Amino acid sequence: MTDNPGERTRSALKVPYREREESVTASEMAGLDPPAAATDYEFEPEAELLTINIGPHHPATHGVLRLLCTLEGETVLDLEPIIGYVHTGIEKSCEDQEYWKAITFVERMDYLAYYFNSYVYCSAVETLLDEEVPPRAQYLRVIHMELNRIASHLFWLGTAALDIGAMSMLWWALRERDGFLDLFEMSGGQRLHTRYFQVGGVAEDIPPGFEEKARKIIAGMPARIDQYEALLDRNEIWLQRMKHTGVVSREEMLALGVTGPLLRASGEPWDLRKAMPYCGYEQFDFNVPVGTVGDNYDRYRVRLEEMRESLKIAEQALDGLPEGPYITTNRKVALPPRHELATSMEALIHHFKLVTEGFRVPPGEVYKAVESPRGELGCFVLADGSAKPSRVHMRDPSFVNLQSLKRMGEGSLIADFIASVAMLDPILGGVDR
Amino acid sequence: MEVTRTKVGAPDEFRSRQLKAQQMLRGDLIGPDLDEYVEKSVLLTRFEDAQNWARKNALFPLGFGLACCAIEMITVIGSPRNDLARFGAEAIRFTPRQADLIILSGRVSIKMAPVIRRIYEQMLEPKWVIAMGACSSSAGMFNNYAVVQGADKFMPVDVYVPGCPPRPEALIYGIMQLQDKIQRSPHQGWRERYRSAGTEEAPDRIVAEGGGADLADSEGVDNA
Amino acid sequence: MPDATGLELVAQRVRSAVSEDAVVDTLHAYGGATLEVKPDAVHDVLAHLRDDDDEPYEFLSTLHGCDYLPEEPRLGVHYGLLSMQRRERLAVKTRLGTDSPVLRSVVDLYPTASFQEREVYDFFGVQFEGHPDLRRILMPEDYVGYPQRRDFPMGGEPVLFTFNEHELPRWYD
Repeated sequence: MTDNPGERTRSALKVPYREREESVTASEMAGLDPPAAATDYEFEPEAELLTINIGPHHPATHGVLRLLCTLEGETVLDLEPIIGYVHTGIEKSCEDQEYWKAITFVERMDYLAYYFNSYVYCSAVETLLDEEVPPRAQYLRVIHMELNRIASHLFWLGTAALDIGAMSMLWWALRERDGFLDLFEMSGGQRLHTRYFQVGGVAEDIPPGFEEKARKIIAGMPARIDQYEALLDRNEIWLQRMKHTGVVSREEMLALGVTGPLLRASGEPWDLRKAMPYCGYEQFDFNVPVGTVGDNYDRYRVRLEEMRESLKIAEQALDGLPEGPYITTNRKVALPPRHELATSMEALIHHFKLVTEGFRVPPGEVYKAVESPRGELGCFVLADGSAKPSRVHMRDPSFVNLQSLKRMGEGSLIADFIASVAMLDPILGGVDR
Repeated sequence: MEVTRTKVGAPDEFRSRQLKAQQMLRGDLIGPDLDEYVEKSVLLTRFEDAQNWARKNALFPLGFGLACCAIEMITVIGSPRNDLARFGAEAIRFTPRQADLIILSGRVSIKMAPVIRRIYEQMLEPKWVIAMGACSSSAGMFNNYAVVQGADKFMPVDVYVPGCPPRPEALIYGIMQLQDKIQRSPHQGWRERYRSAGTEEAPDRIVAEGGGADLADSEGVDNA
Repeated sequence: MPDATGLELVAQRVRSAVSEDAVVDTLHAYGGATLEVKPDAVHDVLAHLRDDDDEPYEFLSTLHGCDYLPEEPRLGVHYGLLSMQRRERLAVKTRLGTDSPVLRSVVDLYPTASFQEREVYDFFGVQFEGHPDLRRILMPEDYVGYPQRRDFPMGGEPVLFTFNEHELPRWYD
């Protein structure tokens, strides 16, 4: 490791292959030429650096992330992430949809934490409308969000362990996840992207068997998490690969804008659920795990502990679930219940107006943020008085956290770098939107 | 000590079959016995059918996840509840040179489309494509500047699995449909429909008017 | 969040520290505080708010762009600041016109702005002076146009119904 690895690479970076690979242009892609042969390759005898492309299609299932690495032997000297391979124009599409239709678009951004996406958007619109959410809806939202946090961490655990080589974790994690997805299917009708959160509350009340099944799953989870810890925590190989790899200091993380488990693992106890509570989180009693060193092992431990804390929150929410409406009674914003449509003319008119045109939101702009499994997920909504939002921007945590990848990778071995990518938990749907 | 003798029963019973097999191995079966034995244990079929049967039951999917449908695809591959090993397709290969089924799971953006096409071309024949989910079948709900409106704009697709995301059972059903397709009609006549003559896919093949290739063509040297 | 009077005090301090006409407007709505500043002064205002102010904001939460199309000036860039000590947020926004959308980059103050400024450049066309690597980030690099401006067309294909299916060319023609 040199003292300043970035310096040495500047001159060696003028290799034509790297320059060509660094910029992704549509016209070049249209030609589909394979990379040129070694004839136009300038050989730098003293550098002996290898530029490789960990391409958009690679086995680690973090999505289509492309990393352009410059290696010297096995040490990563320079690294550049190239993103945009799953850019779907969700933010622009939302401008063309009514407010309640945009919920489906926004959900598909960070596709493992879908309830968080829809919650933050609904919360922003409710703020603009100055709409109250009934307490039962708040508790239901908390339950679903915390269960989604656990499911997201389970998937992360399975795929991260798969990257390192501990394949059994994948089967175990997916087995637990099926239980949670069954719960979501009971309440929302679909396993992923349920469109369960609506502006003003939730779409439907939970069905009768939900609470019992949820309690059973929550009761069985701590033993499972103990099993995962028994497999990985003291495992020699796991410790060798995770301890003291990918260390980034707390100040650098703050400067890079990183939030979430990554920031907490490096020692800063910042969690939006405790610091700026929303949706009734101040009523629940839970802890926030904070790491010390900031290496990959801390990130792993922080997320496992977060799973346990989420179980506690979900159980408290189930215990304290109040009776009452599950969506706001303001008919100008929320659809009336179906049985009213047969008897009340007004309900019919409201239903018609809401479904065809949607509700109008008075002009204004607001930014709301929540704590998603990856960090601070924010939503900025600009309303101009019509039935469609004028601008929806999601501040996605993975997009900002990805900037810390370069700091994690510089100077480390490539295998450790792959472990860092796994522990970073990027979701490319959120990065690219 | 009690000795019980049981007479060997009907000729189909397991014990009698075992005895017959032993006799054959020793070379004791001759004449009509041998003919009968051979008839019972040999299945006659066309070579192509047997080949298709082998191909359909040993698919090697390419691990290719793009977006949310990839989560469901991984669930299908890995989850104990619905898994792909029942269909012989659990060997996920991550290099296109060794895979023959590419499952396009997720939305295809304009930046990713050439990459997918390049990977598709690196796969060896015969190869199949499943467009999983609404986004790769027809752009789903993203009718905008950034998403290719359906993967069949730039590559031939065999099976479309609708849903957003499709349930794991739906994907498994799609794979079963693909297996049926492989068994029944592997000519892949859609290549003619995509006017692929003269392109990299079929550089020197002159496409005959009026219909697909016959059986000899599909398995012979014309598949470049 | 700083309340209305707190916001006015912040505005006063910024005016006295940076320049008299730096702060164009203050807005306190929906429980949040917004400070609208003039485009040339953005970097100095953020530097002041990070380092010198009595109530410093050391974390840049979000940097995003916005297109207020019927109103001029058209493009808006929002900086969401956060103070973890006092648990407060302050939004700083500027408005630019499309004729010369140039801003000074704040990457030297907040390194997190690197990707986010590239995104604003990619989608709205705002040039950030002093950014080390201003290229498109999510679209291919030779893409023409700034997609998230309001007058950029949505793209995609028209949906085929029976009334228009005869007019549109189909792939097998």
